[in-house]
Amino acid sequence: MMNLDAKIPAGALEHKWTDYKGHCKLVNPANKRSLEVIVVGTGLAGASAAASLGELGYKVKAFCFQDSARRAHSIAAQGGINAAKNYQNDGDSVFRLFYDTIKGGDYRAREANVHRLAEVSTNIIDQCVAQGVPFARDYGGLLANRSFGGTQVKRTFYAAGQTGQQLLLGAYSALNRQVALGKVEMFERHEMQDVVMIDGKARGIIARNLVTGELERHFGHAVLLCTGGYGNVFYLSTNAMGSNVTAAWKAHKKGAGFGNPCFTQIHPTCIPVSGDHQSKLTLMSESLRNDGRIWVPKKQNDSRKPNDIPEEERDYYLERRYPAFGNLVPRDVASRAAKERCDAGYGVGTTKQAVYLDFRFNLINKYGRAEANKLGIQNPDEATLVNLGKEVVKEEYGNLFDMYHKITNENPYEVPMRIYPAVHYTMGGLWVDYELMTTIPGLYALGEANFSDHGANRLGASALMQGLADGYFVIPYTIGNYLADEIRTKSIPTDHPSFVEAEKQVADRLAKLHGIKGNRSVESFHKELGKIMWDKCGMARNAEGLKQAIADIKALRASFWSDVFIPGDINEFNPELDKANRVADFLELGELMCVDALNREESCGGHFREEHQTEEGEAKRDDEKYSYVAVWEMNGDCNWTLNKEDLKYEIVKPSQRSYK
Amino acid sequence: MEHQNLNLTLKVWRQKNAQDAGHFETYPVSGISTEMSFLEMMDVLNEKLIAEKKEPIAFDHDCREGICGMCSMHINGRAHGPWKGTTTCQLHMRAFNDGDTITVEPWRASAFPVLKDLVVNRSAFDRIQRAGGYVSINTGNAKDANNIPVAKENADLAFAAAACIGCGACVAACKNASAMLFVSAKVSQYALLPQGQPERTTRALNMVAQMDKEGFGSCTNTGACEAECPKEISVMNIARLNREFMNAGFSSND
Repeated sequence: MMNLDAKIPAGALEHKWTDYKGHCKLVNPANKRSLEVIVVGTGLAGASAAASLGELGYKVKAFCFQDSARRAHSIAAQGGINAAKNYQNDGDSVFRLFYDTIKGGDYRAREANVHRLAEVSTNIIDQCVAQGVPFARDYGGLLANRSFGGTQVKRTFYAAGQTGQQLLLGAYSALNRQVALGKVEMFERHEMQDVVMIDGKARGIIARNLVTGELERHFGHAVLLCTGGYGNVFYLSTNAMGSNVTAAWKAHKKGAGFGNPCFTQIHPTCIPVSGDHQSKLTLMSESLRNDGRIWVPKKQNDSRKPNDIPEEERDYYLERRYPAFGNLVPRDVASRAAKERCDAGYGVGTTKQAVYLDFRFNLINKYGRAEANKLGIQNPDEATLVNLGKEVVKEEYGNLFDMYHKITNENPYEVPMRIYPAVHYTMGGLWVDYELMTTIPGLYALGEANFSDHGANRLGASALMQGLADGYFVIPYTIGNYLADEIRTKSIPTDHPSFVEAEKQVADRLAKLHGIKGNRSVESFHKELGKIMWDKCGMARNAEGLKQAIADIKALRASFWSDVFIPGDINEFNPELDKANRVADFLELGELMCVDALNREESCGGHFREEHQTEEGEAKRDDEKYSYVAVWEMNGDCNWTLNKEDLKYEIVKPSQRSYK
Repeated sequence: MEHQNLNLTLKVWRQKNAQDAGHFETYPVSGISTEMSFLEMMDVLNEKLIAEKKEPIAFDHDCREGICGMCSMHINGRAHGPWKGTTTCQLHMRAFNDGDTITVEPWRASAFPVLKDLVVNRSAFDRIQRAGGYVSINTGNAKDANNIPVAKENADLAFAAAACIGCGACVAACKNASAMLFVSAKVSQYALLPQGQPERTTRALNMVAQMDKEGFGSCTNTGACEAECPKEISVMNIARLNREFMNAGFSSND
């Protein structure tokens, strides 16, 4: 059994983090210089951690598989970052941000971690502004805010639709400064292949230079995995093409527990799949649901053009089912409702796997009329209202409308957008304690790579907050508490037998993969896996489907290891080999996700088991039996045992979420 | 939604590694939907090559939504192809006609050596950033964010400069392979903000010095960089960099 002591400090919730910081062990500056830390991944969590640890004086090595640290997938986050600043004087506080996050996660996150997240959220904004991150501002020169789903206050800071880009470039600049000062050594186009364990502790990694194909050994007194989420197990997702689970998976196979692997966020508003060639899906920001109304025709298989369908023949199903929240229900609820309509035969577009997101009503009635009033136009006709409204909508969402137009060749000012849910984020990940340490001593997981703060459903604009909280403000304290006991550990030479053995295992695996010389491409296996996952472990799951999926994935995995074809050589730049190595891990993770989903006999957040729903088709939680983190331990080849960390709610009282 | 299928001829630069001289190869591709992105068309071609047990074409790509800056193809003589303000990954095949021949090359610049096929090494950009593309502030030192008011106009201009994705199209588009638009975007972002003032002079001098050291060419104001920039970064930033550089020279102690 795993030791799942979360090491949550004693005391009142609001004092835990302050008390921890006041009592954790410290490392003196002279000792920091001889302590080495490895950071894998340079997104918000990795770049901010590497920079902050370098500033403190640790010897840091940072790794990314992209050609530059600046390209990590945090760059693509659109909407914003939450912080409990209460700059809008609208009643926000640390407690409210904490409460919204726990409730939004459908009561499956740890109270102490989430409260700490809310506490440091305000420091993040200060830090980023001091770095020169150009957040949006009002005319008075102060920071602007907007609102996001699941909250009643305006606490989201943003930089147009490119908030992730600006925050990452801020962290990248801090990282660059440390590289220039010689505190951080940067390894681009390097991918971690395994963790090196010595005497039960993480002591380094084996990395592959993706340009030359060479394997390298790197020692560290501690190793930080900041390697993002695993949404690409579904093949189609809003993730970048290279996003993968390999680093986390290798840690899992070396003994790190994997928490809640089945918790996946499916985002309701993405541009639908257009054909078999599709390589990725593009998000249309949640903010669009403020002004867009979602509908499908009332008639099944209606092939008329959307503008030819009269008002009375449209089903605004979210407004019908959820009159209180309407189009602004949370992501999991909106996604399931879209699927329900399409499955019932009401979907639109060529594939019938889409619903309309229609701006015309607000274009005319909200923006058009307001503009007409401002200009003093009496009894404007519809065409005038449309034209006036268009100008305002262009200012609000212009970029997104242009992107939609480029991809679909349809003008969303004229015809409704077609949208469908897509895989976006994974709440599950490596289990970590309060100090962000996995079940392996000296091995940490930060950001989306860990399971910790979002429960079963993440609220919008909270991913950026967590990545930077972990990297800038949590790990600099918690890692000292571990490394203080390592000051007598000299750097271990990489000719140590554990390094030699770990490298050999990696080399053998690559040689085995490359040597299969079968007949199918890596891509074809990945696509097939994605289809199994999407059909059986996607927005709705049931026991029968999950069992079938497990059998299908096992068979696919066997077929992969006997029939995959990888062109090129091992010791050269070989993107197909890189991809095969990642897909091999997805073929194991996919099974574990299904195992976890099968075990969790309840519906909560993004995890919807069809057997567990209310009469109205809503998610039905079972707090009695499932108020725990499912932490999976791998024993041998894809055999898992379940360990549980019980979730105790001392402050918040879990209740059924209702949006009617 | 309404799409047609295209038959095309691709002329693609193939180069085994940095040492290889490289050459063009011609590939027919058929049944390309106008709904595909340019990179999805490349995926189709690569799958075909793999099925024939040939080596696929290596190219850089990651986010495929126009923001990571990783994709980098010179298409029919233009950085990121024919659409204005668009990265290769957001370029769609409806930009082309049935029967077209499309030439695809890597970025051409001595500071961006080819690693393989269409993949180049852009680490020179990282080294320029390390020469001064930051504000020297350690984590934990910051005062409340609203203690630093910034005029909205300056904030907006700083953001427009900071929108650079570091793809290198400006260098590829420039006949001199100059990196001035890239460098000026970062220098401008900080020059426009109060946070950037303490290091304003050293930043401009050091980043320009590193740029020269990397072997990028000089700027002769042709404006090709702005025309081809997928994020439409303005050449006004280059004018600002020139002012910053001159002022730094006057006030420098060296």
